[in-house]
Amino acid sequence: MDVTSPAFKENAARALDDAQLQRALGNIRHGFVEKRRVAADALPEFEQLRDEAKAIKDHTLAHLDLYLEAFCETVEARGGTVTFAETAYDARRAVLDICREHEAKTVTKAKSMVSEEIELNRYLKKKGIAPVETDLGEYILQIRDEAPSHIIAPAIHLNRDQIEADFRRVHTHLPNERDLAEPATLLGEARTILRQKFLTADVGVTGANFLVAETGSAVIVTNEGNADLTQSLPKVHIVVASIEKVVPTLEDAATLLRVLARSATGQDMSVYTTMATGPRREGDPDGPEAFHVVLVDNGRSGMIGTDFQEMLRCIRCGACMNHCPVYHAVGGHTYGWVYPGPMGSVLTPSLVGVDQAGQLPNASTFCGRCESVCPVRIPLPKLMRHWREDEFARHLQPRAARTGLGAWAFLARRPRAYRMLTGLAARALSLAGGTKGRLSSLPLAGGWTKHRDLPAPAPRTFMADWKARRGA
Amino acid sequence: MSAVPDDSAAPPRVGLFVTCLVDLFRPAVGFATVKLLEDAGCTVEVPEAQTCCGQPAFNSGDRATTTAIARQVIEAFEEFDYVVVPSGSCGGMVSRHYVELFAHDPEWHGRAEALAAKTYELVSFLVDVRGVDAVASRFEGGVTYHDSCSGLRELSIKAQPRKLLESVDGLTLAEMEDAEVCCGFGGTFCVKYPDISNEMVERKVASIEASGAGTVLAGDLGCLMNIAGKLSRKGSPVAARHVAEVLAGMGDAPAIAAGRKG
Amino acid sequence: MKAREHILGKIQRALEVDPSHDAARRRAVAERLQRHGRHTVPARGQLPDEERIALFRRMLEAVAGTTGRVTSRAEVPTALAAHLEARGLPLRLRRGSDPRLEEMPWERAGALEVATGPAEDGDTAGLVYAFAGIAETGTSVAVSGADNPTTLSFLPEEAIILVDADTIAGDMETVLSALRTRYGTALPRTVNFITGPSRSADIEQTLLLGAHGPRALHVLIVG
Repeated sequence: MDVTSPAFKENAARALDDAQLQRALGNIRHGFVEKRRVAADALPEFEQLRDEAKAIKDHTLAHLDLYLEAFCETVEARGGTVTFAETAYDARRAVLDICREHEAKTVTKAKSMVSEEIELNRYLKKKGIAPVETDLGEYILQIRDEAPSHIIAPAIHLNRDQIEADFRRVHTHLPNERDLAEPATLLGEARTILRQKFLTADVGVTGANFLVAETGSAVIVTNEGNADLTQSLPKVHIVVASIEKVVPTLEDAATLLRVLARSATGQDMSVYTTMATGPRREGDPDGPEAFHVVLVDNGRSGMIGTDFQEMLRCIRCGACMNHCPVYHAVGGHTYGWVYPGPMGSVLTPSLVGVDQAGQLPNASTFCGRCESVCPVRIPLPKLMRHWREDEFARHLQPRAARTGLGAWAFLARRPRAYRMLTGLAARALSLAGGTKGRLSSLPLAGGWTKHRDLPAPAPRTFMADWKARRGA
Repeated sequence: MSAVPDDSAAPPRVGLFVTCLVDLFRPAVGFATVKLLEDAGCTVEVPEAQTCCGQPAFNSGDRATTTAIARQVIEAFEEFDYVVVPSGSCGGMVSRHYVELFAHDPEWHGRAEALAAKTYELVSFLVDVRGVDAVASRFEGGVTYHDSCSGLRELSIKAQPRKLLESVDGLTLAEMEDAEVCCGFGGTFCVKYPDISNEMVERKVASIEASGAGTVLAGDLGCLMNIAGKLSRKGSPVAARHVAEVLAGMGDAPAIAAGRKG
Repeated sequence: MKAREHILGKIQRALEVDPSHDAARRRAVAERLQRHGRHTVPARGQLPDEERIALFRRMLEAVAGTTGRVTSRAEVPTALAAHLEARGLPLRLRRGSDPRLEEMPWERAGALEVATGPAEDGDTAGLVYAFAGIAETGTSVAVSGADNPTTLSFLPEEAIILVDADTIAGDMETVLSALRTRYGTALPRTVNFITGPSRSADIEQTLLLGAHGPRALHVLIVG
């Protein structure tokens, strides 16, 4: 996927002007937030479980090499194979090799962000294999040739009438006069079309929410059931997952599942939680004959031992973006790569470089709502600040900002000079504000006064007034 | 005030960290703070050596400048029994982030921790430390309260201002929808990303207006300048004030961004 | 193999691990895998038998599943025929050859046609016998095996799951322990935790049932 993160501001301007998008974003501002709150409030142990979820991930990351080794052993003991992929290219190549080994022509896919990251669909298509996204939202995006704008609700930026238009454009074998006015009829049409894809696919590709070292299982969660049809009908099941998905035991997975669904959609448990272990056993009447896991690094091992290791706790619930007022304003595509919202603002610079994605960690008010709902307590604002420190150290910020900050810093460290200058500024700005008490434009403050007035200062600063009144 | 200060002990010496925005834009908040603190039985002093808490540098990634400013603040304030700040954002900076800043500097880390332990945002200091549960103040009309992000999430300030506001004669509190959602100020964010910030403050102002209250209150001047600036630009009749002004009975002065009488 | 060594080597260097002096970490990992200790288990499901079963039903019904209860396996066929009829579905279902299902008096269900084997396109109802239930969330746990095709829970229009009342546990951890007791660490190919019928909210956050999997889920408690 092309990185458009450097154009964050332009993307944002476009998003703010897009009435269709703004209408769609209205759907997430309250729904997800309220559902999570209700689910969390209904479980008295929820905060305790968050602490434990964090501890599980921290422990695993501190022993990641060993748990990956253990996971490989158990997968192989159950008759599966594991392929390590250092880069996105290696990962998509590994998937292609498996597909070719089984002479696959068609691939069904369940939603997986890491497969977006490695651009699997584009690659398979180029190599003559037809991938079909089966999650309803992902299917809609595939026929629109668009990227997801949210990690759990990929088509959240679209409205019903747009989807209807796409179905009419693409499903040309169906009668034109059919009624698609209701979301339910759109779903019905997608269900019928995808049913045939499920039944005829040669290979099913899923992601994984967790990989269990103890048993060699991939834990895969959906509400639609598409990941189950994807993995149980074709002869081959390929799991593509990043290395930090591994957890030690089934009990560890259970605790993480308890915080995952509640944080994501406000469900106590997603509809389908499936533990897939190896290929079908002797005598099994269905299930895949081959089971492969492709473990993707693609920059993650480089985060270990750094400030950003904490980001590898992320379980991709989407709560941070569901609660982010910046995401609510501009939507996911504005962030310009696979992972939007606060988690994307930390992860994207790690994976594509801060020189490309430097805008992202800056486009935050540090309101802290993301951290307050993160099920694994990732200090997202702090990590965004670390990126700003990195940019500052590497002189990546705009010169005007640096100069302004430098001048301010000079004064802030010299109280006497600061006093004098603020005193002058108060008088000047107060005069400029006149009796209206506000300024509607001000040189160098266009960013402020473009949209709002600037309250005029009092004629005398507090410090000056205090001195006068109390005679220090 | 119905606080019951312990008369047997000497009044606590409070160092007022006035904050750069209050100093320059809204001195009345500083005086309201002094009044509330003195009414709560404190002696208030205002150290000369203060400028800013360092947050603009901190959030811009300039740790060296932040560290220098933090040292200056620690030196200016460590002699007091308490440090009180009429801002959750600056209060959070001193009580949370200074400690983090000196993680690898044992001497300053200790001093930062000691300062953090006695630094409070104004309203939480009154309620949680001084045990104030009512103020002798009067304010006619409906108000709505915006929860500033740092105060709410870093310092757990939510119930305290509401508790004291309820004791104000003539005041009725009308909660707005999404009171806990950021107003879009975010320090330098609002000038770096003015369009996104505008979208956020427009939503905030819409919630404020929908509450039906004639006045919006908050505990942070940054948010208030943003909100007041937007209300003013829209020509909205809603007034914006710092919560301290109303609690101190100084709610009849011109509102933020409103014209001066005469 | 080279990629594996590279990645693990990078992780070890980042963690400042010396692989030749790594006994403590290895022990910690081996112990954790062996001990598979439980974390906090919510109190919600820790109830006496009948209340636990009532919670199971309530939780499942809250997510659009339906439930019923019979006192013995012998009653299952007639209960299922009545259920299909009430739902307006054809009197047909497909099941696995699980001995517990084989032994049921299907002949009592009159016109009910019963086929066996993995699900086929066009199946209207699929029947599986659950390994266990979880009251905490209203979840049924099904395992794959020679007699238990996985597809029966996903391909038909309606999924029907039988859960023995005495296998309804308060929490997930109890079921994980039971799986370990039954299978050791060699889990069946597929363990399905099913909590309601298939759904999607991908179109304007409107909740719709029957996205790809079953449009309805009926759990019949036995005993």
